[in-house]
Amino acid sequence: MTRLNIQPNLASPDDFYEALLQAHQDLPIERSHALNAALVLLLANHIGDKDVLREALARARRCVDEAA
Amino acid sequence: MADIDYQALQLPYRPHPDARATQPVRHPVIVVGAGPVGLTAALDLAAHGVPVVVLDDDCRLSTGSRAICFSKRTLEIWDRLGVGQRMVDKGVCWNVGRVFFGEGEVWRFDLLPETGHRRPAFINLQQYYAEGYLYERAASQPLIDLRWRHKVIEVAQLPDGVRLTVETPDGRHALLADWLLACDGSRSPIRGMIGQQARGRVFRDRFLIADVKMQADFPPERWFWFDPPFHPGQSVLLHRQPDDVWRIDFQMGWDTDPVEAVKPENVKPLVRALLGPEARFELEWVSIYTFACERMERFRHGRIIFAGDSAHRVSPFGARGANSGVQDVDNLCWKLALVLAGHAPESLLDTYCTEREYAADENIRHSTRATDFITPKSEISRVFRNTVLALAREHPFARALVNSGRLSQPCAYRDTPLSTPDDDCYDSPMQPGCVALDAPIRRAGHDDWWLSTLGGGFVLAVFCGPGQLLPPALASQAGLPGVPVRVVAVHPAGAADGLAAADAGGIDHVEDAQGLLARRYDARPGTCYLIRPDQHVAARWRSVEAGRVRQALARAVGIAEPAPAACGADADRRLA
Repeated sequence: MTRLNIQPNLASPDDFYEALLQAHQDLPIERSHALNAALVLLLANHIGDKDVLREALARARRCVDEAA
Repeated sequence: MADIDYQALQLPYRPHPDARATQPVRHPVIVVGAGPVGLTAALDLAAHGVPVVVLDDDCRLSTGSRAICFSKRTLEIWDRLGVGQRMVDKGVCWNVGRVFFGEGEVWRFDLLPETGHRRPAFINLQQYYAEGYLYERAASQPLIDLRWRHKVIEVAQLPDGVRLTVETPDGRHALLADWLLACDGSRSPIRGMIGQQARGRVFRDRFLIADVKMQADFPPERWFWFDPPFHPGQSVLLHRQPDDVWRIDFQMGWDTDPVEAVKPENVKPLVRALLGPEARFELEWVSIYTFACERMERFRHGRIIFAGDSAHRVSPFGARGANSGVQDVDNLCWKLALVLAGHAPESLLDTYCTEREYAADENIRHSTRATDFITPKSEISRVFRNTVLALAREHPFARALVNSGRLSQPCAYRDTPLSTPDDDCYDSPMQPGCVALDAPIRRAGHDDWWLSTLGGGFVLAVFCGPGQLLPPALASQAGLPGVPVRVVAVHPAGAADGLAAADAGGIDHVEDAQGLLARRYDARPGTCYLIRPDQHVAARWRSVEAGRVRQALARAVGIAEPAPAACGADADRRLA
C-alpha cells in the first residue's frame, strides 16, 4: 500500500508557499474557498491512489479537529 | 390502432367464488399490488407454470406518467415475458445524456456506446402505458387471476403459508397462500401489518414534475441543468416521452409550499422560463415530491416476500425505482417456482434476499450520492459541487465527478453463494453473478438476439469450433431432477448451416453472427457458460464437463450436494 509522503518533498518550500498565497491574492473568502476546492480536486486526480488520498483526508481532518 | 387511454381504464370488480367458499381457498402464490412490479411478478410466475392470484385494492392503473425511464435490463426481462417489443415500439429510445451548468454544456455521456445489443440503454414510456401493456398481457394468461378492488386488510403468518383477510365491495373473506408477494408500493400496507419498517435517509428538498404536451424539437436525450439561467440556483431535468409529452423536473428547494407550487398559475411560468415566452404547451400532469433512500432490513419475513418499492426506495435520479423492482421479481420468480415444485430447498429464497438486498444497497448508494451532488447539504458541499461543474468544462477528470444521477445498471451479484468461482482467466467484464451480455445471433437461418433465445430456464452455452458437435447426452448428464439444462451450441458464423435450430439430442444451435458473442464472453472453442433463468451467469469453464456443470447447477439452486447423475461416471468425461 502506498503511503502518504509526509517527509519534505518540495524542492523550494518557500517558493511554493508564496505561490499558494499569491493564487489567493485579493479573493474574497468565498472565492478562496472555491479556489481551494479546485486545487484539491486537481491534485487528488493527479495523485489518483485512493489509499494516499484517504490517508491525506484523515490527516487533514485530524489536523483541524485537534486545532479546535 | 389508437392507443387505449390507460389512465381512464376502469378495471372491473368481479365477485370471486373464493369469497363464498366455506373454507378459505388456498393458492400457491398471491401477489398484492398490480403495479409494474406485481404484474411483472405475475407474468414471470405464470411463465414458470405457477398459477398466481393478483389482488389490488384499486380498479385503476397508474394515474399520471410517474416512472418513465425503463432500462435495457428491464426491457430484456419484459422480452422474456413477451411484452418488451410493445414497450419499445411505443417508447422513446435514448442512450445519450447531457449535463449543463449555467449557460453551457459541461458533459455528454453515452450509456450504450457500442452496437450489437437488441435493446437501447433506456426507453421513456409513461407508467400507465407500461402498466397497461403488462396488464393486457397478464389478463391473457390463463394462470393469472387478477382481482381488482380486493384490499388486503389483515395478514397472519402460518407455519406453511399466510392467511389473508380481503375486503371487497361485497364484504370480507379469507384466503390462504403458500407464499405472499408484497408488491404494494412504498407505503406498503402489508409491511405495516407485520410491524416492519423501511429505514434510511429522508432528503430535505422538493422537486416538481411538470409533464407538458407540446411540439418541440429537443432530441431524445436526457438533459440535466445545474443552476440554469431559467431556474437559478436549482436543477432541471428534461426527458422526452411518447405522444409529444415532455417530462420537466424542477428542483424547488425545501421551503417551497407544496400546495401552491402545483397550481397551474405557478407551474406555467417555470415552464415558460425554460421554453421561451411564446411556447405553446398544455400541462399534462403536475406533481410535487420529496424522496427518501431507505429499505427494509430483510426482504423476506417467513412466507411473505417484499419486492419493489415496498422493500426499498430511492430518489428518482438514476431511474433505479421501477427498474430495480422488476429486477427483484426477475430474481425471485424462478427461485419461487423451483421451491414450490419441490426441486430446490426453501433456503434458495434466502438468496433472493442476499442478492436483492445487496442490489438495493448499491442502488441506494448511487442514489444517495447523486442526491448529495444535486442537493448539496452544506455550504462547502455546494462549493465543491459548483467547482466540479466549473472544472468539467475543460478538465476531463472532473466530468467523471459530475453526478446528475448514475443511471440504472443491472446489479452484479459478486459474492453470491449461487455462483461457482472461476478456475480460469477471462478477459471480459462479465464475471459470474453478472447479467449475461447480449449479441446478435442467427438461429435456423434467421437473425435473432442472444438474450431473446435464452428463455426462462438454465442454459449451458457451449462455444464450438468449426464442425464441432456436442454429445447428445450432455443435457441429460448436466441436469438435475426437475432442473433441466438446455444446451445451446454456439457456432462460428456460417458454421451451423444445415443444422436444424434444435437437433434430435435436444441441443439448440445458434451462430455467432458477427463474432460479438465470443468476444463479449472471451470464448474459445470449448468455453461454456452456465446461465441462470434470470440470465445472470452462474459459472463458466474453458472446457465442458457434465459433472462440473451439474455441481454448479446444484449450487445455483441452493443444493449443497447434488445427487449423482443417472448416467454415472461417464458424465464426468471431458468433452472439449
